[in-house]
Amino acid sequence: MRVTLRPIGLFLFALGAVAAMSGPALAAEDKLNGGDTAWIITATALVLFMTMPGLALFYGGLVRSKNVLSVLMQCFGICCAASVIWLVVGYSIAFGEGNAWWGGLGKSFLAGIGTENLSGTIPENVFFMFQMTFAIITPGLIVGAYVERIKFSAVMLFSGLWLIVVYAPSTHWIWGGGILADLGWAGESLKGYATMDFAGGLVVHANAGIAALIIAKTLASRTGFPHDLRPPHNPGLVMIGAAMLWVGWFGFNGGSALAANGGAGMAITVTHISAATACLVWITIEWFKFGKPSLVGIATGAIAGLATITPGSGFVGPVGGLVFGFLAGIICFYMINIVKVKWKIDDSLDVFAVHGVGGILGILLTSFFADKSLGGMGLPEGVTMGTAFMGQLLAVVVTVIWAGVASFVIVKIVQATVGLRVNSNEETEGLDITSHGERSYDL
Amino acid sequence: MKYIVAIIKPAKLDAVREALTDIGIQGLTSSEVSGFGRQKGHTEIYRGAEYAISFVPKTKIEIAVGDDMADRVIECIQSTAGSDNIGDGKIFVLELQEAVRIRTGERGEEAL
Repeated sequence: MRVTLRPIGLFLFALGAVAAMSGPALAAEDKLNGGDTAWIITATALVLFMTMPGLALFYGGLVRSKNVLSVLMQCFGICCAASVIWLVVGYSIAFGEGNAWWGGLGKSFLAGIGTENLSGTIPENVFFMFQMTFAIITPGLIVGAYVERIKFSAVMLFSGLWLIVVYAPSTHWIWGGGILADLGWAGESLKGYATMDFAGGLVVHANAGIAALIIAKTLASRTGFPHDLRPPHNPGLVMIGAAMLWVGWFGFNGGSALAANGGAGMAITVTHISAATACLVWITIEWFKFGKPSLVGIATGAIAGLATITPGSGFVGPVGGLVFGFLAGIICFYMINIVKVKWKIDDSLDVFAVHGVGGILGILLTSFFADKSLGGMGLPEGVTMGTAFMGQLLAVVVTVIWAGVASFVIVKIVQATVGLRVNSNEETEGLDITSHGERSYDL
Repeated sequence: MKYIVAIIKPAKLDAVREALTDIGIQGLTSSEVSGFGRQKGHTEIYRGAEYAISFVPKTKIEIAVGDDMADRVIECIQSTAGSDNIGDGKIFVLELQEAVRIRTGERGEEAL
């Protein structure tokens, strides 16, 4: 068959010309960047993967076999509900124009946002989706607090209300240009200071951790807590889930750079180093304390390291990553004991100790390790470590207060309407069969 | 006829099966069980919390034999499954009233 060369040749020339022109990123801010867009679409999938099924498996393995399906169901259900809510109001409240307190409803249902709108160098719908995966995982994290005894209806109602009242506004304050994005209202020295929370130390981990503590306390402990419980039914699943979370976290922190560049590269570097260091510290403590390093321990250490580095991942350097991980491994390890033994709160899967404390720890450490002198990317012009610390601490306080009060009110509303807890027979039989009519392992 | 129930360490199942078939046993049933005797349970630690595990995994084997085989079976299991450690297990002998082969309807020792 004789092929006509001229059209092919013209086509190839045009292709080459276009390729030559779209080389390194151009200076204009609102031009679509293919590399950034491709990366953030990928990061979106990675972060969704963290919930579906990473977190689900991580938590699933930690509960008794009679409850594993209920945990998977809660994560899956929250993913679906959060997705719809994010479209309907969540994204708008978080990233709409609005005022300093909330973004308003202007972007509800992605009104007016098609394929051409940009958010920075990526399409706005990609930014919308990327942020949605964060809105999905945050209420998902809270699952750990109430496993093995909560009603499924309570999970869905609580998560939905919480997303609208706590998560979306908090996102707006820190990432949507709200009250914590310029702390000047608190004092002259903090004028123009934006809370440094790169990927969600406060927005995701602290919010979830505080809510976890409150719902665990109101729900009351599992029957048999603390001395008559059964161990994790499948530590293997815990590891698989933790590994998926770790990989997905590259999208969580790396994607928060919102660009495919060295900043993203550094973010995933420090993220990974922090995770690895926290793991080693965790199993070292176990080795000394109990004589054996455990799989559940190393998996938990990873999560502690990952949660802690999250707020600082775009601001600190590799050595900072080491320090974050090192401290996370120690502090989160002991916090588990403090919550369960000292405070006697059955935050069953240690959400506050690992995510809450980890996130807050990372926020505060960022004040120091963001500085160039400690290997960081550099504090803003005119901001000292001391000033940064005051700003970060203020952001922590505001976040914790709102999350605490609002979560409490929401829990009470859910308690008064659909009820929080299954009855004791259902709890004994297991949620899989009583709430969902299904058996996990047909042995 | 005798019905012999032996609780042995799971790791010994293959060796016991081989030894029993060597002395002429035609079949046996095994199941995974858990229990305790003088070998108490143990403690497992997950995220700093201790869990008392009072049951130890074991394997139960059940064999129906003619009266004349019973002693040889007991001796065979004891020598194969034993290790001089607490937790080796126990053998129980029950009187077997009747045995039936389902396919043919044979009864008694013919069915074994």
